[in-house]
Amino acid sequence: MNKRVLMKGNEVIAEAAIRAGCRFYAGYPITPQNEIPEYMSKRMPEVGGVFIQAESELAAINMVFGASAAGARAMTSSSSPGISLKQEGISFLVGAELPAVIVNMQRGGPGLGNISGSQQDYFQAVKGGGHGDYKLLVYAPFNHQELWSLTMRAFDRADEYRNPVMILADGVLGQMMEPFTPTDYNPPELPPKDWVLDGCKGRPPRVIKSLYLGEGELERHTRKLFSKYKKMKEKDVLYESYETEDADLVIAAFGIAARVCLSAVRMLREKGCRVGLFRPITLFPFPEKEIQEIASAGKRFLVVELNMGQMVEDVKLSVNGMTEVSFYGRTGGSMIFPEEIVQEAERML
Amino acid sequence: MDKGIIIAGSGGQGILLLGRLIAYTGMLAGKNVTWFPSYGAEMRGGTANCTVVISDEVVGSPIIERPDMLIILNCPSLKKFISRLKPEGSLIYDASLVSSEKCGMNGFEDDSSSYRLYGVNASDEASALGSIKFANMVLFGAFLKISGLANLTVAEEALKSTLASRHHHLIPTNLEAIRRGYEGVNPS
Repeated sequence: MNKRVLMKGNEVIAEAAIRAGCRFYAGYPITPQNEIPEYMSKRMPEVGGVFIQAESELAAINMVFGASAAGARAMTSSSSPGISLKQEGISFLVGAELPAVIVNMQRGGPGLGNISGSQQDYFQAVKGGGHGDYKLLVYAPFNHQELWSLTMRAFDRADEYRNPVMILADGVLGQMMEPFTPTDYNPPELPPKDWVLDGCKGRPPRVIKSLYLGEGELERHTRKLFSKYKKMKEKDVLYESYETEDADLVIAAFGIAARVCLSAVRMLREKGCRVGLFRPITLFPFPEKEIQEIASAGKRFLVVELNMGQMVEDVKLSVNGMTEVSFYGRTGGSMIFPEEIVQEAERML
Repeated sequence: MDKGIIIAGSGGQGILLLGRLIAYTGMLAGKNVTWFPSYGAEMRGGTANCTVVISDEVVGSPIIERPDMLIILNCPSLKKFISRLKPEGSLIYDASLVSSEKCGMNGFEDDSSSYRLYGVNASDEASALGSIKFANMVLFGAFLKISGLANLTVAEEALKSTLASRHHHLIPTNLEAIRRGYEGVNPS
């Protein structure tokens, strides 16, 4: 049994990436995720990997493109404004079917906004972000144990699907410390990387590209991408339910907001209110079926986010009019306290 | 049940380190803990604070509106946080720097309101040990006694794991500061 350790969330992600075999990291500084490049700058040389402080976010994401094409497990990280700058590169990674892990420790926006934790990039992460018809597999960890395990899983899924995977967390998770158990990395069986550009001496050359000019070529390519997303929907949905079975009202929240809601649910339960928590862990693929089941049992939803209402749209699509869906959010990097959610839930009950 | 603690003072007083020590000690004591720093544009001389939550259960929110305990190292922090302290909550403060007179606040010390007050002459004790910088350790000792979270042996282990190795030669003096804080308070 491994001992519990106390680390900042950003450092947890960086160490998990190294343990999962990440050997290339490029990034450009931005608060509140600077501990990731800082940690990588120290650790990468120790394991024979490459750390580059790039000249810009664009450079970093395109370096990841190159490293991934050459077969390395590659990662970049940033926070909201920096992730916006990376969108072109992310779209190219998807188009070229290259695996990569992209970490967004969200801060307040739009623009430079502020440096507090926020969840304002939900749409950007799950609905595209860059140009073209595509998806990322998006994980929303809510504690350090999940930062650890989902970062490792992100590298595996990226390789399995040859598609970038995003870790969507926020400044609070990145900056806070809490104990977690650094479990061992167990590599799953993955398809061989028989597509990497590692020199074609003695074999036919390979091509990695996102340009498909031939008639019908791009549609075939995009349909191939979407067959991967269909597979993700079938086998990669992750979620957690807490006290939803006898609940009249189910609070739906992800990431740091879900932790605050967990406190609120405990307070409400103490008062005898039948309230539960449903927490999507994958934002794409979204746990639609599970939300449908809750809705068809007649339970109402209160969606809580650190934004003006983004995931609530996906909850509403899943609920499809079967039951009432309300929203409570704080924005601009302002934090929610459990007491606010208790009040909001009591108003609905 | 979650116990929320807010530690606040000036940048450079070792606020974040004090919080990390409390969090680490809580972990060693088998509790679940979170430590969350203010990470704005703070600098030496500015204000700094952090929030520590200690619980037997999985910690929900790492950020709390109403702390059970405040550890206060300067007047601006007292003014900022005192109204958020829970009734019956504990206020531990550096009495060398914080008093109703020094802070220009109407007699919070003899306030017969519900707070439990623990004034610790932390900066004076620290100066006697050679540097005012040990004040956070004196308060750490007082915290241990008041909270009953762990004994001095556990605190020593937390100190060794939390301090950067370049500061390890200061561990004996830090431990002495912690001991003075521990022995200097008598929780009722």
